[in-house]
Amino acid sequence: MEKFTKISGVAAPLPLVNIDTDMIIPKQFLKTIKRSGLGVNLFDEMRYDRQGNEIADFVLNKPAYRQAQILVAGDNFGCGSSREHAPWALADFGIKSVISTSFADIFYNNCFKNGILPIVLPQEAVDVLMKDAEKGSNARIEVDLEAQTVTSSDGQSFKFDVDAFKKHCLLNGLDDIGLTMEKAKSIDNFEAKAAMERPWV
Amino acid sequence: MSPKTLYDKIWDAHVAHESEDGTCLLYIDRHLVHEVTSPQAFEGLRMAGRKLRAPEKTIAVPDHNVPTTLDRANAKTMTEESRIQVEALDTNAKDFGIHYYPVSDVRQGIVHIVGPEQGWTLPGMTVVCGDSHTATHGAFGALAHGIGTSEVEHVLATQTLIQKKSRNMKVEITGKLRPGVTAKDITLSVIGATGTAGGTGYVIEYCGEAIRDLSMEGRMTVCNMAIEGGARAGLIAPDEKTFAYCMGRPHAPKGAAWEAAVAWWKTLYSDDDAHWDKVITLKGEDIAPVVTWGTSPEDVLPITANVPDPASFKGGKVDAAQRSLDYMGLTAGQKLTDIEIDTVFIGSCTNGRIEDLRAAAAILKGKKIKVKRAMVVPGSGLVRAQAEEEGLADIFKEAGFEWRLAGCSMCLAMNPDQLSEGERCASTSNRNFEGRQGYKGRTHLVSPAMAAAAAITGHLTDVREMM
Repeated sequence: MEKFTKISGVAAPLPLVNIDTDMIIPKQFLKTIKRSGLGVNLFDEMRYDRQGNEIADFVLNKPAYRQAQILVAGDNFGCGSSREHAPWALADFGIKSVISTSFADIFYNNCFKNGILPIVLPQEAVDVLMKDAEKGSNARIEVDLEAQTVTSSDGQSFKFDVDAFKKHCLLNGLDDIGLTMEKAKSIDNFEAKAAMERPWV
Repeated sequence: MSPKTLYDKIWDAHVAHESEDGTCLLYIDRHLVHEVTSPQAFEGLRMAGRKLRAPEKTIAVPDHNVPTTLDRANAKTMTEESRIQVEALDTNAKDFGIHYYPVSDVRQGIVHIVGPEQGWTLPGMTVVCGDSHTATHGAFGALAHGIGTSEVEHVLATQTLIQKKSRNMKVEITGKLRPGVTAKDITLSVIGATGTAGGTGYVIEYCGEAIRDLSMEGRMTVCNMAIEGGARAGLIAPDEKTFAYCMGRPHAPKGAAWEAAVAWWKTLYSDDDAHWDKVITLKGEDIAPVVTWGTSPEDVLPITANVPDPASFKGGKVDAAQRSLDYMGLTAGQKLTDIEIDTVFIGSCTNGRIEDLRAAAAILKGKKIKVKRAMVVPGSGLVRAQAEEEGLADIFKEAGFEWRLAGCSMCLAMNPDQLSEGERCASTSNRNFEGRQGYKGRTHLVSPAMAAAAAITGHLTDVREMM
């Protein structure tokens, strides 16, 4: 997995609450057996009309935001299904961080597995960053994972929380499976004990 | 010993490793797999040369893409991409040696219906699947939740998940339900009360007399939509109904093993003085048959209400409600019962079980539909067979419903069962998101009885008037 340390980039404002995974990547694109190539269909039904033409006033179609690396969004971003195609599509488009007041649980976890940093901030902070994002491509927001800060284009800085283990994995681009396999002995021991206690499983 | 919740007990029984910061490796007893969220995980294993740690605990069934028309044995009923995905699961199941119910097997169906039906899901287990509606299995007092594809790969390789514990939330439904009110109305009403993010960070335990009174099918419906309230999982403590449901299922324990299992299952309840981080209480008698008017499951109201005014909401929800009304083609103040319906869909992991079909058939018996189309998609081949045996299939067909084969179907419309632009559907499924059931399709979530009532009148209808 790609490491995440610090980014400074254009942030696209998406001030909608409850942006669900069907909006992020509609189901017709879940039929792939690959992880890559979904960026072109990110937010497909908001981004294109039925003929496949771009809808000009959708934020990611505006010249200022076509290279956005950050999304600033309303409450409960990523609610709905467990489809990892949602973070795959975001990552493939080039989004490295999403900022909101809250995220749905499965989506939040899925982001970390794909080098995307979801950041939870209080409403006031998200409001400031949303306004900043609305300024366009000259307003670059900085996200520093090591320092756990988000800094607006005019220098206002907000501290965010992140789980220490998730931070460690993201900073170092670590593969979860490899890490868990180092604990194989614990899993062996658990299985042996469980086989005695709950043999019917 | 300090008092524990049911969630605490199941969690504690499955921690294989705990790090200093509280990050745990949670051992997984059952891993359910379907064709949409697994191909990249199997591919990842192949690329890394990894094997499955416990293929005997891994169960796969294709459900999301499969056509539900009677001619589905003909490969041409599937799009090329769907066919590739189903074939990939066929191959992966064979190559990795996991339990498999292919499309041609009568036991095939929606993964969350097949798991309990075959006795794979049992009380006190940890159950995961690359599907958010895995919460369904919580009805058995199993800790069950959806995971992403990277986690599917992690479970395949290690039979564990990296987890931190969630907080405990109690949702109590006191007293009795009134006639015409079902499990679906409970679970939607809870989401209406808490919002779609109200459960974020929590595992919910549903309890109270109204929950105890539900059948296992009803309990599955309640837990199924825990995710729509944002919770990681929903749970209901196992009891005699649970044991009776499990007994004799193909993969349930037998004989002495059964006795030992039941003895442990009986310890699975929340202690009286256990700590709850959040408590919600609803009175059973206050719950009405409900319907969603918007594009989020929290947009729910009793069928007797009117479409709300967006200005009556606060914050970001004002714009969201307006966007929903525009999308749904509704006007504030309009009576919900005046909303005309084009299509009725009965099925899904929320409401595709035998009891759901019975409830709908009871309303439909001897009646004809007024909607343009209506379909019943049983949750599994066995549900379908049972419904045929009970004469329910004939009631549906005589009323004008299409009687389909098992699958996820129009719940998420990955197969050809889709709404067209502007088509309005009364649906027993779980999500009314924009485009969920088809591009620009309009979804009203309801119980099976309410769906049947709408099918007969052609508009959203209070089922209590037909009972």
